[in-house]
Amino acid sequence: MNLDELSVLSLWSAMAIYALAFIAFALDLAKRSAEVSAYADEQAAQASGAGSRVDGEQVASAGSAATTTTSRVSSTATIERVDEDASDVTPKRSATLRIGVALTIIGFLLHATADVTRGISAQRVPWANMYEFAMTGTLLIVMVFLMVIVKVDLRFLGTFVMGLVLILLGVSGVNFYVAVVPLPPALQSAWLIIHVFVASLGTAFFGLGFALSAIQLFQHRRELAGKDLKLLKLKFLATLPSSERLENLAYRVNIVGFIFWTFTLMAGSIWAERAWGRYWGWDTKEVWTFIIWVIYAGYIHARATRGWRGSRSAWLAIIGFAAVMFNFTIVNIFFKGLHAYSGL
Amino acid sequence: MSRPSDYVDSGSAKRQPADDDNNSIEQPKLGFVGWIRFAWRQLTSMRTALFLLLMLAIAAVPGSLVPQRSSDPNGVTQYFRDNPSLAPVLDNMQFFDVYGSAWFSAIYLLLFISLIGCVIPRTKHHFQAMRARPPRTPARLNRLDSYTEQTVEGADAASAISSARTLLKKSGYRVEMYEGGGSLSVSAERGYLRETGNLVFHSALVGILLAIGVGGGFGYAGQRVVVEGQTFVNTLLDYNSFNPGRFFNPDTLSPYALTVDDFAVEYEKQNLDAYGQAIDYTAKVTTRSPGQEPEKQTIKVNEPLRYDNTDVYLLGNGYAPKITVRDPQGKAVFTDSVPFLPQDANLTSIGVVKVPDGLSDQLGMIGFFYPTAVKNASGAYTSTYPDLVYPLLTLNVYKGDLGINEGAPKSVYELVTDGMTQLTGGKTDVDSIELQPGQTADLPNGMGTVTFENSSPQQAAGNFDNTVPRFVSLDVHHDPSQGFVLLFAILVMLGLLTSLFVPRRRVWVKAVEKEDGSVTLQYAGLARGEDPGLRQAVDAIAYRHGTILGVPRDLRGTVKK
Ligand code: HEM
Repeated sequence: MNLDELSVLSLWSAMAIYALAFIAFALDLAKRSAEVSAYADEQAAQASGAGSRVDGEQVASAGSAATTTTSRVSSTATIERVDEDASDVTPKRSATLRIGVALTIIGFLLHATADVTRGISAQRVPWANMYEFAMTGTLLIVMVFLMVIVKVDLRFLGTFVMGLVLILLGVSGVNFYVAVVPLPPALQSAWLIIHVFVASLGTAFFGLGFALSAIQLFQHRRELAGKDLKLLKLKFLATLPSSERLENLAYRVNIVGFIFWTFTLMAGSIWAERAWGRYWGWDTKEVWTFIIWVIYAGYIHARATRGWRGSRSAWLAIIGFAAVMFNFTIVNIFFKGLHAYSGL
Repeated sequence: MSRPSDYVDSGSAKRQPADDDNNSIEQPKLGFVGWIRFAWRQLTSMRTALFLLLMLAIAAVPGSLVPQRSSDPNGVTQYFRDNPSLAPVLDNMQFFDVYGSAWFSAIYLLLFISLIGCVIPRTKHHFQAMRARPPRTPARLNRLDSYTEQTVEGADAASAISSARTLLKKSGYRVEMYEGGGSLSVSAERGYLRETGNLVFHSALVGILLAIGVGGGFGYAGQRVVVEGQTFVNTLLDYNSFNPGRFFNPDTLSPYALTVDDFAVEYEKQNLDAYGQAIDYTAKVTTRSPGQEPEKQTIKVNEPLRYDNTDVYLLGNGYAPKITVRDPQGKAVFTDSVPFLPQDANLTSIGVVKVPDGLSDQLGMIGFFYPTAVKNASGAYTSTYPDLVYPLLTLNVYKGDLGINEGAPKSVYELVTDGMTQLTGGKTDVDSIELQPGQTADLPNGMGTVTFENSSPQQAAGNFDNTVPRFVSLDVHHDPSQGFVLLFAILVMLGLLTSLFVPRRRVWVKAVEKEDGSVTLQYAGLARGEDPGLRQAVDAIAYRHGTILGVPRDLRGTVKK
């Protein structure tokens, strides 16, 4: 078995593990929904006075995380603040969720092995054609996800991240695979390493931002619908932060993506100047990179424009990511241009 | 969580609506000036900027769906051929020149006018803000989200506030003391760089547009095909095609000559998945400028030659078989290396030879060149490898009117055969002339002979290395705007980073003396723009201030009773 075969094997193993992680994350969401139902039942029971808990104690497992006591005792250094953005129902510590994360890490390691062995067998960075770009790009998505959840608990995005990565890897593993070939002269440049890598990083952040914006929209709908948990369709939403919090998280992730994308645009221009003799020529790929950049600039503006904050700006982030995906798939394969690097 | 406030820096500590069109569009006074002012305010509003940005994104799409004259002129011709009814309609709407079209230009010009109208007042405002004192401490700090407090015993308000002032100043805040309502307070603000970055970012975008619009006009781009051994002189006449910028002056062409000494191509031979793929192109050239020693240089793809204010790029290459045509007496009437245009990855190439004078008729030949010729089952040749393993040239000969006497320039790569009679190949029953390097054949009808010259006659038989010269297609550019664009791009990047990551915030510390001799210290902050770390920052200030004032803590940092 040569290195490239090892790479392919690792990749498919990674995908199998990711699939299991996907199931674990999905089960966790299902469990959250069940908890919300239970909590809603309990509340209803309490409200009707049928419950035995007359002292009004909160259910241990579920209850607002936000304590409303504002302590002003002089000896307390800080005051516990009301967190209006916390979830309505605090989910239980979930073993499935931890299994999901553990599986993601294992899958990530296999995925990284696939990427590195591909690079070694090609003797260059493993992002010079579509197959490799998909492999490295999805690796970065998982990496960014794992890094972000250390700081902010976004594990509820696991289903989405695993789903996206599985689709991308599946499609590219089946349709885009090409054997290792040497780079044509136009791609032999340090700018390949920089430009494409930063583009993938940007894509990874945009992907997370997309997920957060999409959930933000659902959450917003739920908030508009009122607090009655019984009527809720996607019950697990009650265990997630408020739409405003999700929007702020999405914004933070998306601006990081935007900065990488701006750099991608510039690094691409510098490279284009060296390779093609002009830094900007409205080549189809350049056009789409520009369109994406402008959409996200619009998104950032929307957040500072009255009437556009909230759901409307979230739609822009979603359109932006759709354009990123379009750029990567349809534009690469079907549009004619100088960026003929798909290797297909 | 706090919504970031609007960028307009009004002194109020209240959360502001996130827009700049002054809450409600003021009813304009009737009259011309009023309308102008109204229109201007609309144009420079955030909502318009957003609308124009989205329009720009949408307007850019068609240019990726249909070929553009600027980047793909052949594609446009093809499109007209394939869609004869649709193409003229699209053409009327400038769909083949999207990025220079009236509607695309209108959008981005309006956007940039809006941008300038936005940046100028904000810059003024920002200068004022930077000179202004941090605003008066709000009366009720505990209304703010980030509020926290602590009580210290045996301290006095004045010294507590003065130490808070020192602490904040050291942390990069501008500070101002306020007294009133029985309390002493310090008001602090930081992060002016955020707005500076935003202004630099937007101004640099204008800079990029201006650099391209103005600077680009002074440049030019020229193409020239040079066969190994030939010399190109940087004058207007010596270019095959030349696109000057609007303000270009031909006298500014740097006078130099460039000789292509050698052009080497390396092919992949180990990896069977990519057998024959070109993996390196290297042109060795010599440059000569008046009064200077000749210099040996190399040009590669991705490594253009920067010489004498021009950038020389290696953008294409192919074979240029050297062909000589002699009349029946043996006198050469044509001899030249003719660049053949590659048609596929194995460099099957097509070229045209035109012999207007010296023979009984005008003579035209369409040639096919196969670097490694193989006859397939149908009897046609193909090339199976791009290097010179078994080079073969086939020629279809035409006689008649070459159509070059009318004076209209004709492409050197195209033979218009309308007024000509085909003598060999095709339906003529006469086989095409087939030649290998060094071979000569008779032209039909005793018109003379044609020779495919061997450029390396000393080569052993059967070894065809270097027997056919190659040509390179060089692009020579001069673009004085390039450096400016890069500079502004760097400013865009720096401005973006500071404006998105430097937090702009206000922090207040207020000391209230109590009757029992203790002092309650109140802390609060207000975000000005996106600031996820505000609470932590306020807590950290309270904690460090407490430490300075000697609030006793155990190891875990919690206050001791
Ligand atoms: C060429 C068009 C424009 C582009 C590409 C663009 C892009 C951006 C970007 C990327 C940001 C976020 C980074 C930063 O804060 O510096 C931003 C912010 C901002 N832009 Fe623009 N902009 C454009 C035009 C305008 C115009 C015409 C206006 C005025 C109406 C404007 C007003 C603002 C404001 C107020 C912010 C700050 C928003 C905030 O605090 O979140 N921009 N712009």
